[in-house]
Amino acid sequence: MLSRVADSLYWMSRYLERAEHTARLIDINLNLMLDESSFSTGRRWHRVLAALGNPAGVEFTGDPYALTQVMTFDAAHHSSIISSIIAARENARQVREQISSEQWQQLNRLYHEVTRSSGDDLSDAQPSDFLQAVISGAQLFQGVTDSTMNHGEGWQFIQIGRYIERAVSSVRLLNVYIEEFWAHPERAMEGTEYLEWIGLLRCTAAFEAYCRVYTNDVAPERILEFLLLNGENPHAVRHAIDCLQQALEAVHGEGGKRRAGSLMRLSGRLQASLQFGHIGEIVEAGVRPYLFDILKQCQEIHQALYQLYINYSIESALAG
Amino acid sequence: MTSAGPVNPLDSAAFQNYFRDGAYDEMFDARGSVRRHYVPLTENFLSLSQDELRRRKHSADLAFLNQGITFTVYGREEGTERIFPHDLLPRIITHAEWSHIEAGLTQRITALNLFLHDIYHEGRILSEGIVPREIVFSCKHFRRQMRGLQVPRNVYVAVVGTDLIRLENGEFVVLEDNLRVPSGVSYMLTSRNVMKRIFPQLFQHCSVRSIEHYSQSLLATLRSLAPEGRPEPTIVLLTPGVFNSAYFEHTYLARQMGIELVEGRDLLTHDDVVYMRTTTGLRRVDVIYRRIDDDFVDPLAYRADSTLGVAGLFNAYRAGNVTLANALGTGVADDKALYAYVPHIIKYYLGEDALLNNVETYLLTDPVHRQHALANLDKLVVKAVGESGGYGMLIGPQSTAQQREDFRRRIEADPRNYIAQPTLNFSRAPCLIDDGFEPRHVDLRPYVLFGDKVTIVPGGLTRVALRRGSLVVNSSQGGGSKDTWVLNT
Repeated sequence: MLSRVADSLYWMSRYLERAEHTARLIDINLNLMLDESSFSTGRRWHRVLAALGNPAGVEFTGDPYALTQVMTFDAAHHSSIISSIIAARENARQVREQISSEQWQQLNRLYHEVTRSSGDDLSDAQPSDFLQAVISGAQLFQGVTDSTMNHGEGWQFIQIGRYIERAVSSVRLLNVYIEEFWAHPERAMEGTEYLEWIGLLRCTAAFEAYCRVYTNDVAPERILEFLLLNGENPHAVRHAIDCLQQALEAVHGEGGKRRAGSLMRLSGRLQASLQFGHIGEIVEAGVRPYLFDILKQCQEIHQALYQLYINYSIESALAG
Repeated sequence: MTSAGPVNPLDSAAFQNYFRDGAYDEMFDARGSVRRHYVPLTENFLSLSQDELRRRKHSADLAFLNQGITFTVYGREEGTERIFPHDLLPRIITHAEWSHIEAGLTQRITALNLFLHDIYHEGRILSEGIVPREIVFSCKHFRRQMRGLQVPRNVYVAVVGTDLIRLENGEFVVLEDNLRVPSGVSYMLTSRNVMKRIFPQLFQHCSVRSIEHYSQSLLATLRSLAPEGRPEPTIVLLTPGVFNSAYFEHTYLARQMGIELVEGRDLLTHDDVVYMRTTTGLRRVDVIYRRIDDDFVDPLAYRADSTLGVAGLFNAYRAGNVTLANALGTGVADDKALYAYVPHIIKYYLGEDALLNNVETYLLTDPVHRQHALANLDKLVVKAVGESGGYGMLIGPQSTAQQREDFRRRIEADPRNYIAQPTLNFSRAPCLIDDGFEPRHVDLRPYVLFGDKVTIVPGGLTRVALRRGSLVVNSSQGGGSKDTWVLNT
């Protein structure tokens, strides 16, 4: 497969995952906000922005709906939902003949839905309806992808993009919550704090799954374990890295003789650390350094992936 | 199918808006009766109710839409992707007519390839004064970099789409040779597929020759032009990218041939060898079916601002490590001024008279011709020599005084850049317009492949000037297409 095609498929998938994550984060927080004072509202939205990597040029000015408007419809901002969807579609357009017609139609439909609504004023309308439509549009695309596209190399690159993005955004989100609420893990859950931890679970679409495993007994350490080390929760970091590793191995298998040593080592190490890690030890050694380390490793995996498959130097390729 | 008997379709309600004048009518002869090869088709169409006709038209349009058979119109902000308008009534060519066209095109392409080889080597035809030097050397598509360069099998032009029209007397003549990057073949192939789905019975009755093998023939042609010592050549199609008007066609052909569709940024050169960058490493490329213009092929050799091409490609080409199809510099032979000399070129290299005639052409560099043309701008068609796609054209009888004045000034400023031809009343074929049949002007673009042998799939793209009275068939100017049937007998 052409490197350019792999590149486009990877980013198409990453941008869609990003759009879905952003939409869910905003939707849940608009909802949680209704139960609290205006003082904590400010902190909430600063937290949301931090979880999205503090996008340049976006500030919280006191009006959550204005912020929602920007993060949803402002195409001038790189991190808005509309920008992500435009970018996903642009990437898909470049490889139109590599994806199935169903995939293209679904992505196109989502794109038209978003651009058509982009003139609306969200504070009047129901932002939730719209955000839900984005989430289900992106999920539908994943389903269509799985059921209409050959599960060959191109599909694997789509998986790689999806899961690396998911791991990164889950870690960022966890980091923000740990920073703000981890200070007193021994303190009993009460009032707003209880809500925040549930909010975290909902932001990763994992509240119901959590309850099934641990019952509705909200404990920060358990939540952390569930979102970080659980292999079955599709939004847990470990699950994302497991899937990433699987896809990388499949691509490596197709490549035959090419040496994927450093990439496989990086992703294998990260997978092992999540697979065999123990939540008690992680807490003891410090959660935030652990999370930073995961982010760094994801970054390295991305770079190694590019060096191996997409941006390799001619000399290294000719050498073998 | 019902037996229509002696009833003339011209008397039926569906034909009430039909008209005939001096132009050759593809369906009716001079006395107004249906030509024999059109009879089964006519009977079938007349037996369909209006509702049925509408239903089939609708399902054809839908098929085009769903397959994404579109083209891009330049210079418009929105809706730049459009469905190619398609007419339901096929255009029919008899076996005898086709044999003549086939022989004529083979002769023409053979001579033009010899001509290109000659002018990029010894230039005998120039020394002997058959073709004036200045016409060749002043052509902006002449590539001095090609001087003395050896191309595989001496084939410069591997893929041609020649535009033919039919004059009032029924004779097919050549209007234009497209020797650079002719397009439209995907419309020929897809419109046949759609027609087969919508009128399966008709194909059985009419004994239409198949065009299915075009993609295989194209691949075989490209393969036969591979550099020596590359028995299993890697062939790619080089596209300018998604914004090109023919992008659909590029993806279609690449898929049909099973070859990689690449952009300039996918290719690189090292030690005069071209590689494409794949996830499994660099892969050597042997033949490039390029669908980008000469100017953009290599920023080092041609336009430095090109981002579509591949740096170093020309050197690899010169070293003989990669084949480009078509070769560079072929545009000199489809310059509209050189066109006037093609009959002489055929005579010179093959010792034969041209089987397909040219349209009478005035070279505006010639003072006598120019004077005549300027005095008769309202009757002539003026074309810029290097343009295509219906751009840069003046159609005298349909022009305003302002436009004519404008062209007069341009011609006087740069006579080499224009030619003039009489406004031709070329043939018309019936088209389904609203709910009835009306005649519209049509041309014919057969596709010729030249590798180790000449292959012409029987048929081609029939383009229709769908606007009433219009003489311009280009898709960018409101033209559409028809399926083209060549009969077995």
